[in-house]
Amino acid sequence: MSGVPLTHIIIVSTLLFFIGAYGFLTRRNLIAMLMSVELMLNSVNINFIAFNKYLFPDNLDGLVYTIFIIAIAAAEAAVAIAIIINLFRNTRSIDAEDADQLKN
Amino acid sequence: MESSAISFYLISAFILITGLLTVFTKKLFRAAIWLLSSLIGIAALYFVMEVDFAAAVQIIVYVGGIVVLIIFSIFLTNNEGVNMPAPLSKRNFFSALAVLCGAGYTVMLLNNHVWMARSASAYDPAVKKIGYLLVSNSPDSYVLPFEVVSILLLAAMIGCIVIAIKVRPEEK
Repeated sequence: MSGVPLTHIIIVSTLLFFIGAYGFLTRRNLIAMLMSVELMLNSVNINFIAFNKYLFPDNLDGLVYTIFIIAIAAAEAAVAIAIIINLFRNTRSIDAEDADQLKN
Repeated sequence: MESSAISFYLISAFILITGLLTVFTKKLFRAAIWLLSSLIGIAALYFVMEVDFAAAVQIIVYVGGIVVLIIFSIFLTNNEGVNMPAPLSKRNFFSALAVLCGAGYTVMLLNNHVWMARSASAYDPAVKKIGYLLVSNSPDSYVLPFEVVSILLLAAMIGCIVIAIKVRPEEK
């Protein structure tokens, strides 16, 4: 892995982040938007681990932050899916354009 | 070029292609499967970077947990086999413009930046060190964020049950 410069890893994570951003901006299905957010979170995790490995190899703080991000992403996905299921029960649709009311 | 570098570039191409398919495919279930491939590719990237613990956590939590949850919710909410509505062409154009400009600018900045490593020691992500860093009584351990995350997970679990529980019509 020493033959790969840090810039290439960061470019991969940058492209993955912007792929996720494009999906988040263009998708109208709430579950598809959630998937795009997961892609963006994963690109941030790659960044943390790459910086930790290449720039600060004598401590492991980036890795610990990655583990925290994964835990919080799990909580976020679970809450988002509960909200989507509740929304589907009320409006029979998971299109973002149909979710225009806070109160049912 | 050494073998780990070659596998890094192959895995990167795999991650980006499956990520693009996640975003562009018309059917929601296929998008979930492409997302699964992309997340497995990221775990493989961690393995190539020799961060085995992060790769294991990635597979357990993302591949085994979040994607399964997403597939469950697709089956609960979507009539499968139906194409998702196409994005509005105006929004599509401006999103693509913003994303291409942002990605191009960031890649340009990265190409001109010189990274300075703070130390030259070897990277050793042993599980024992991670454990001491997470839960120990030394002043630089992350024991308080660890406990806060555990409370957050408990609160999220109870919140999910409360939000998604089925209310009987007469109680409404």
